Amino acid sequence: MDRTQLLLALSVTLFSLGFVGVMVRRNALVMLMCLELMLNGVILSLVTFAAHTGTLAGAVLVFLVFVVAAAEIAIAIPIVLLLSRQKRSLDVGAYSELKG
Amino acid sequence: MNLESLVLYFFAAAALAGGVLMLVARHPMRVALALISSMVSLAGIYAILGVHVIAVFQVLIYVGAVMVFMVYVIMLLDLRDPSFLERYGRAVVPSVALAGLLAIALAAAVSGGQIMGAAELAYFRPEGVTATFEVEAFSAEFLDRYWLHFELTSVLLLAAVVAAIAVIRTGRRRDG
Repeated sequence: MDRTQLLLALSVTLFSLGFVGVMVRRNALVMLMCLELMLNGVILSLVTFAAHTGTLAGAVLVFLVFVVAAAEIAIAIPIVLLLSRQKRSLDVGAYSELKG
Repeated sequence: MNLESLVLYFFAAAALAGGVLMLVARHPMRVALALISSMVSLAGIYAILGVHVIAVFQVLIYVGAVMVFMVYVIMLLDLRDPSFLERYGRAVVPSVALAGLLAIALAAAVSGGQIMGAAELAYFRPEGVTATFEVEAFSAEFLDRYWLHFELTSVLLLAAVVAAIAVIRTGRRRDG
């Protein structure tokens, strides 16, 4: 198997594993971490294509995605902290009134 | 099979094992440690691909900043609620089936396309330009051509800091 194909398959698998985690797990923090796993799968495919085509623009884009991910976590964690402080629980079932 | 691809297979298997462990582990701290091991393996893969800058930033930003933050929060919120005892919600079977369909669709999309070979790539690449992923070339290109994006990320980070403070302050006002 070609190296690029192997890494793309790994990227697809990591994305799907993260997707299962977001859908299945009940803990809000674990769901956040599974989102990170999905993002890591996508970044792996970006880096694979950047290394395959030999363009620096892909590497720059990955760097910018890192910054966006850091900003995303910096917002998401305070929201989870607030939710857990209000409901005394990290179980997403306790937040069912957010359904609207 | 040479040593490099052997190491590549090892890191790919480690990243995959970390992802599977994230689904199985019960305590969030173990999930965080599995995610950290998966991310470090991905950094190893990036280093093998020759994209050393990204490998370093993967360890520095993801493992060093994001996951340490996450581990701190897990230690801060030592809540004993149902999500610790019962790992999975109700919709396990439909979501696993949906994710399987998604994986099959993605794999079909990936394997159906033709990955460009060296000759076709040379056609698209400008004459005489062979990009190297060294720090020097990366930073020169980054601050030379993409300086506007660099400045925009600083605006984004500032907005994130302001939003985080705003979220915490509104929560405190509602409590007191």
